[in-house]
Amino acid sequence: MIQIINTGVANIRSLQAAFDRLGCTWNLTVNAEEITTASHVVLPGVGAFAAAAEAIDELGLREAIIDRINHRESATLCICLGMQLLCESSEESQSAKGLGIIPKAITRFGEGVKIPQLGWNEVRPLDNGPYARGEAYFANSYRLETAPDGWGAAETDYGGTFISSIWRGRTLACQFHPELSGSWGESVLTQWIEGITC
Amino acid sequence: MLKSRIIPCLDVNEGRVVKGVKFQNLRDAGDPVELSIHYQDQGADELVLLDVTATRQERIAMLETIERVRHKLSIPLTVGGGIGSLQDAGRLLNAGADKVSINSAAVRNPELIEAMSTRFGAQCTVVAIDAKKQGEIFQVLTRSGTNAEAIDAVAWAARAESLGAGEILLTSFDRDGTRSGYDLPMLSAVTDACSLPVIASGGADSVAHMVEAFQHGAHAVLAASIFHDANMTVGEVKQKLSAAGIQVRNDW
Repeated sequence: MIQIINTGVANIRSLQAAFDRLGCTWNLTVNAEEITTASHVVLPGVGAFAAAAEAIDELGLREAIIDRINHRESATLCICLGMQLLCESSEESQSAKGLGIIPKAITRFGEGVKIPQLGWNEVRPLDNGPYARGEAYFANSYRLETAPDGWGAAETDYGGTFISSIWRGRTLACQFHPELSGSWGESVLTQWIEGITC
Repeated sequence: MLKSRIIPCLDVNEGRVVKGVKFQNLRDAGDPVELSIHYQDQGADELVLLDVTATRQERIAMLETIERVRHKLSIPLTVGGGIGSLQDAGRLLNAGADKVSINSAAVRNPELIEAMSTRFGAQCTVVAIDAKKQGEIFQVLTRSGTNAEAIDAVAWAARAESLGAGEILLTSFDRDGTRSGYDLPMLSAVTDACSLPVIASGGADSVAHMVEAFQHGAHAVLAASIFHDANMTVGEVKQKLSAAGIQVRNDW
């Protein structure tokens, strides 16, 4: 059973449909105990950094998510804004406090590119990654600029390179939307479900 | 680098695709689900479903159609047509749309753009602009082209951006259905004035037309008849675009 954290601010229909197609059962949760102990948890996210960070705090889920990612050997998938929330802060909402699992700040794409980045772009694993190079669907205005220490990473070009995905243990975070990235995206989800081996 | 996108568009009425789809080998060419999967398998980068129904009851049927398509589709889905409020947009997103495209309602009430962008994010707020050449400007049309507005499409696109839109779907009323190619001067004027991604629509009949659109600043091209008539598959179009130096998504 895949537990999808339902912050109420993310559109998660596409994600649910993708798990259905892969034959996985899922459940929406805001239960800290479930989030700490479940075999598979997804932190989804579209929308604003501050709204999502506030929702996590209002639901009292901050410690459960941090504990899970830092101390448990179970599978966690963070998508789009979900990946950004792992960091300490974002230029999008200066006062909002991210989960701080990664000691980095999220920044807005620079001059010279259309914002938001909307469409398909190439994802290149830098290290021996949980998936092969492929093309993924992105919808983001903010990004992680450099890979955090202790994490594997993939990069993508958009007005310079940015970090489009990171992984550590059985935690996988994607700036792109695997649930909207065709058959390649489904292979990324399958890898995560079955256990990342890097 | 971001790939140039190819987006087939399906007009849906009462749960059925309208506008003569002429595919062979389809059990039911009028079924939005079957056709969506068909285009996805051909390499479509995204799909647009346009609700061309007029009544409220039929709109409810559209929600079921979106749910059915979403369940099968692993690429982004944009839904447009008849969206008048934040609640309408929310219902479509809940049914499984990834982006919602607003047109007449945005002209009547520009604050709707801001409200959608704040509530759901810029990435799912698409502003559709229908326009035609009128003297020196490109005049905005609403209500499926029946209403001429005293608004310049170029200025409107820039305003939509400042209100929080994430993407512009630009349709040339002069070119739509003519098969004479996209309106390139209009496309250039809008892409110069606004820094959002622009989807070019209206008039495509060949790969050469699409190449022109990308060379004039389009980030994506929308096409209906070129695919519905089975002149070419999406995959064939992409091969030819690649050969012409346009970067497209090649693996699907």
